[in-house]
Amino acid sequence: MSQQNLEALDVEAIREEFPILEREFDDQQVVYLDNAATTQTPDPVVDAMSDYYRRYNSNVHRGIHHLSQEASEAYEEAHDRVAEFIGASGGREEVIFTKNTTESENLLAYSWGLNELGPEDEVVLTEMEHHASLVTWQQIAMRTGASVEYIRVDEEGRLDMDHAEELITDETALVSAVHVSNTLGTVNPVSELTDLAHEHDALSFIDGAQAVPNQPVDVEEIDADFYAFSGHKMAGPTGIGVLYGKKELLEAMEPYLYGGGMIRKVTFEESTWGDLPWKFEPGTPPIAEAVGLHAAVDWLEEIGMDRIREHEQDLARYAYERLEDEGDVEIYGPEPGPDRGGLVSFNLENVHAHDLTSIMNDHTIAVRAGDHCTQPLHDKLGVPASTRASFYVYNTREEVDKLVAALDDARQLFA
Amino acid sequence: MGLGSDMYRQQILDHYKNPRNYGELEDPTFTHIGENPMCGDEIRMDVKLADDEETIEYVAFSGDGCAISQASASMLSGELKGKSIDELLEMDRDDVIDMLGVDISPMRVKCAVLAEKVAQDGAEIYQGELDKDKTTTED
Repeated sequence: MSQQNLEALDVEAIREEFPILEREFDDQQVVYLDNAATTQTPDPVVDAMSDYYRRYNSNVHRGIHHLSQEASEAYEEAHDRVAEFIGASGGREEVIFTKNTTESENLLAYSWGLNELGPEDEVVLTEMEHHASLVTWQQIAMRTGASVEYIRVDEEGRLDMDHAEELITDETALVSAVHVSNTLGTVNPVSELTDLAHEHDALSFIDGAQAVPNQPVDVEEIDADFYAFSGHKMAGPTGIGVLYGKKELLEAMEPYLYGGGMIRKVTFEESTWGDLPWKFEPGTPPIAEAVGLHAAVDWLEEIGMDRIREHEQDLARYAYERLEDEGDVEIYGPEPGPDRGGLVSFNLENVHAHDLTSIMNDHTIAVRAGDHCTQPLHDKLGVPASTRASFYVYNTREEVDKLVAALDDARQLFA
Repeated sequence: MGLGSDMYRQQILDHYKNPRNYGELEDPTFTHIGENPMCGDEIRMDVKLADDEETIEYVAFSGDGCAISQASASMLSGELKGKSIDELLEMDRDDVIDMLGVDISPMRVKCAVLAEKVAQDGAEIYQGELDKDKTTTED
């Protein structure tokens, strides 16, 4: 994993594609450090979607007319492009478009979980799971009688892999883990987790919402059975997410949403399902968003996912070190290194995260405060909330400096 | 530049750092607890009514959370003294924001009104018009 000799990003040129970053409030330029929540959208992505609406907006799959053919081709090709991007050799049949990562998770839970799980089964999650997975499997477990277990997070914010080995047994039906924690920034050893699952004939689901936008991801290298992520966290639009699944698994799965566009034959008595991936995409799908996601993937690959990872890790390291030097800042998650992604969650002594974040906003610095949809993890950390700065390809060290400088205001106010 | 936002004016910070009526009453007429799960704010309000069973004699609060929720509880505890239960129940979010005397950004309104909601729910439970263990701003 040599990341040493990559050419540095031309951040200034990149920023020119994001007019939103020029915005000012109270004469202060916005410092956008809330990228783990959603990233900004570069002009080429906005243009691609605008071009779709201006030139070939039409419904897909059914139309015989020119416009529908163009829209259908663009929509289908977006699946191919995403498959290529994440190393899914099965192509479009392994890529289902959903609304977001949460819906991808629910698709698996309803289509596979409800049908396959029973009281003898265990679902193994991690203590750093996002509510998208944690709440979903809790509910499925309640309905099926299955039990849910959590792999411990250690003092440094990493998964306790010895505990993982204990928990993952022949009773395990599914191992579901975040690839990168949205709170701790930990990059989890998802290949190892998947191997452990497979040793016990269990399936693996990896929540890649914080991974695919920020680092190269190859689902076949991980050997994940299912893998999910969202468009809007990777320079793409809101309203589209992805569920990757191995073809033979998806073929065996029943759909959980029904309607038009997903059927082969319908009579008054019964229906049969269409081919992959369409059997999981009933109704009019997010067409413009698929076009936008395709453009986002092109845009990211042109920069290079290796370079994006390096840029973000550099910013995370810089932010971590600067915050640590302050002396009164508690930082969560592992120290900077290859297993830490581009975000830093922290608390300033004696200042509640919501107050700190409001004060940051006075400086037009956009950070997030709260539990980041990981309430049980925050309970474990012993804090109700934290402030999170998360970085993307257009962020700079100067922006980190502004974040650190704003801490002084909070200290003075709350001294 | 001016120090901090309008939200953190001296009065708010003063109530946050030196909360009034902080603690628990020995013999409250009613007690209620509430939380704002988004922030992790948690507040307990103890209310002691006068012999007329209508006039609020004392209010104490305890708990922890952000400056806005705590300052709001502190100010409310003073504000309610001498008011009737009906007056408490008639309060709305604008009254709380007026009391705080600062602009509360939309995302922080839940923090500001937590204490008021807890006191009101407590009063309604006392009157037998409400049945709930805990108030949450997400309801």
